Amino acid sequence: MNEDLLVMSKITKIYPNGVMANDKVDFSVRTGEIHALMGENGAGKSTLMNILYGEHQPEEGDIFIEGQKIKINSPNDAIMHGIGMVHQHFMLVPSLSVAQNIYLGKEPRKNGLIDTKEMIKQAEEIARKYNFNILPTARVADIPVGMKQKVEILKALVGGAKILILDEPTAVLTPQETEELFHELKEFKKKGHTIIFISHKLKEIKQICDRITIMKNGRSMGTYNMEDMDEKSISRLMVGRDVIKSVEKKRAKPGETVLKVEDLSCINEDGKHAVNHINLKVRRGEILGIAGVEGNGQSEFVECISGIRKDYKGRVSICGQYVDRLSIKKIRKAGLSHISEDRMSYGVAVEASISDNLISDKLGEDMIGHGPILSHKKIASLSADLVDKFLIKCSSYKQPVSMLSGGNMQKVVVAREFAREPAIMIANQPSRGVDVGATEFIHKKLVEIRDNGAAVLLISADLNEVMELSDSLAVFYGGEVVAYFEDSKNVTEEELGYYMLGLMKQPEDIILGLG
Amino acid sequence: MQQLFGIIFTTSFAYSILRVSTPLILAGMAAVVSERAGVANIAIEGMMLISALTGVVISAATQNCFVGVLAGVAGGMVVSLILAYFILQLKANNIMCGLAVNAIAKGGTVFVLYLLTGSKGASTALNSLTVPKVDIPLLKDIPVLGEIFSGQSILTYTAILLVAVMHVFIFRTRTGIRISAVGENEKAVGSVGVSVIKTRYTALIISGFFSGLAGVFLSMSYMSGFTANMTSGRGFIALAANSMGQNTPWGTLLAALVFGAADSAANYLQVLAVPAQFIQMIPYATTILGITLYSVFKVRKEKKIKMKMLGMQQ
Repeated sequence: MNEDLLVMSKITKIYPNGVMANDKVDFSVRTGEIHALMGENGAGKSTLMNILYGEHQPEEGDIFIEGQKIKINSPNDAIMHGIGMVHQHFMLVPSLSVAQNIYLGKEPRKNGLIDTKEMIKQAEEIARKYNFNILPTARVADIPVGMKQKVEILKALVGGAKILILDEPTAVLTPQETEELFHELKEFKKKGHTIIFISHKLKEIKQICDRITIMKNGRSMGTYNMEDMDEKSISRLMVGRDVIKSVEKKRAKPGETVLKVEDLSCINEDGKHAVNHINLKVRRGEILGIAGVEGNGQSEFVECISGIRKDYKGRVSICGQYVDRLSIKKIRKAGLSHISEDRMSYGVAVEASISDNLISDKLGEDMIGHGPILSHKKIASLSADLVDKFLIKCSSYKQPVSMLSGGNMQKVVVAREFAREPAIMIANQPSRGVDVGATEFIHKKLVEIRDNGAAVLLISADLNEVMELSDSLAVFYGGEVVAYFEDSKNVTEEELGYYMLGLMKQPEDIILGLG
Repeated sequence: MQQLFGIIFTTSFAYSILRVSTPLILAGMAAVVSERAGVANIAIEGMMLISALTGVVISAATQNCFVGVLAGVAGGMVVSLILAYFILQLKANNIMCGLAVNAIAKGGTVFVLYLLTGSKGASTALNSLTVPKVDIPLLKDIPVLGEIFSGQSILTYTAILLVAVMHVFIFRTRTGIRISAVGENEKAVGSVGVSVIKTRYTALIISGFFSGLAGVFLSMSYMSGFTANMTSGRGFIALAANSMGQNTPWGTLLAALVFGAADSAANYLQVLAVPAQFIQMIPYATTILGITLYSVFKVRKEKKIKMKMLGMQQ
């Protein structure tokens, strides 16, 4: 049990842009353990795992499996050595079925043709073996996120994985799905599989991991037994200081209504009534938090008010001016800023530079030019100023956003959205996939604009986040508001849970207080 | 008007639809396989042209029709291999490479034709062969159907057969599934250890095979000989047929028949007192109209369903 199954020794990786992502990192895992790999965004965890999976080649260092030195030049080599990876962004083909995805590249054949019946049978068998609940014939495009992840895991297992790397597996899951996943991971452990678990969430790691390796700035800060560590000591090693969990803020002094939503309904692509007759208002100087399990209409609701989605019923106004179904540009002009939950699609243009991203919503404004002519001087000073103010870690504002870590990418989005001094800030999952330090920074900024008189609408699946930041709180369930708390201090986590799971619903007159 | 119907509702018109559609069907398959692999192949047009000339020249030189066809197809595959090398290995932009192939093909074929025959227009000086037409036993004796379906070129029957083969290839073989998967999410394919580049190479070479066959049909069956720029945009119509056919072999076949019908109508209607230019416009206008209508109906239908659901809820 205590034999090292896999050893990575003195791994050094320098990216072409000169960033040293891994600096002589030692890492080892034992057979049948769940090993946590923790660190802030940009600490080098993903790089280390990509090297293990053959997607990157290290400049220096060796990898041993069962004492034998091996070379991993491609994912194919990794798979051959029994290493499987479940990526954070799923590597699935949406139009193919679940079974086709699981057996992609190794479909069972009869007479040279794919034996679909046999493939579905095998998929059912392996799902049963590991107690996975999947539909082999469903199209991947149609199944929920949780099931997609199971398909990814099964794909790795079918490939013969003994060591399974999970890159932030719970980031996209509901609390229930997370519970299910943990249960399954414990089953794997019993069956002799080894799991490397990358995560930011201290609680989760504490719950299921046996050992932990902590990384910081490309270096390993050591490997520890889980029982010897508490949350405080882990976070100290990760960020080099104690994470202050609660954001300091004064009592809110709400003023007049800024954002008003009247009787909003919409149907999403799956033909579901995603949003059902929602009434809501957000006032100056308050943060209204929306709690809820993901997929209960929050995404569609935000898409409607931010102008991404236009085929809805109901009215939306900002400072008394109706903005429903206007162009995104006009809505933004009316004073709306939006931090999207989907950073890669709506937040940043990944291939463009930091400064291009920062000015992308200010084209034609005097802030960056003279009429239609851009001024490089103004752009340079604005970019430098924002990079500075929002602590974006980069070598220059001309660097492409793709070179930044998740947390720094999000800071670029935040910097752009805050620079407008909006009347209403919509922050949708602002800390998703963002490290502790950046999260804290973003939270401070949200409180700061609230104090400066902006209205803030915060949507988050992270219960801690909404409870800590919000002045008042609403709960979404099934596309409806099922609870509203004028003062978020008057509700406990437990109580919120009941509303989030649809077990309880407040009477109409209380909810109407929101609209 | 009566004259019009007299022309359209004849078996010979139906027969000609099949004949005119054949190059579109074949080129359509070339579009299906490359589009599925996620490489928009606009070089189909140029590859067809090169194959058309190669087939004519080799069949004239060897006096063997089969060798001519093979040489033409091989020509298409070689060009697509070169194209694939530039796009996949050297990471050049596929549209720019496609444009280059088309430009080289357009000028190059005329250049070679001039070198060999002294003519810049047609290969009449070469004694090239044509692919034989065959009567299908039994079928040829059935009235109407026999007149339409029997007596077509061997390549026409081959084309329809190949559509069926493509259907099985794409949906039932490992390579076929990989090609589709690469087009949709190349990382997914790479992550299970399948080579993305190899898969795309395969797709482009198959695309070259079909382009070659389409080109050979034009110069060795549709017409007997090569004429300058004889593809006249069929490679692009094939791309349109593929997109209307939603990247499926049978769907593309159907769309190719629709375009073929328009093309064939244009040929037939030239006897009417309508300006020839107007008639020649019909296939292209049909293409644009077809694609527009298809999209409009699709969007409307989706919107209608949504609004209906919202209404019901009130």
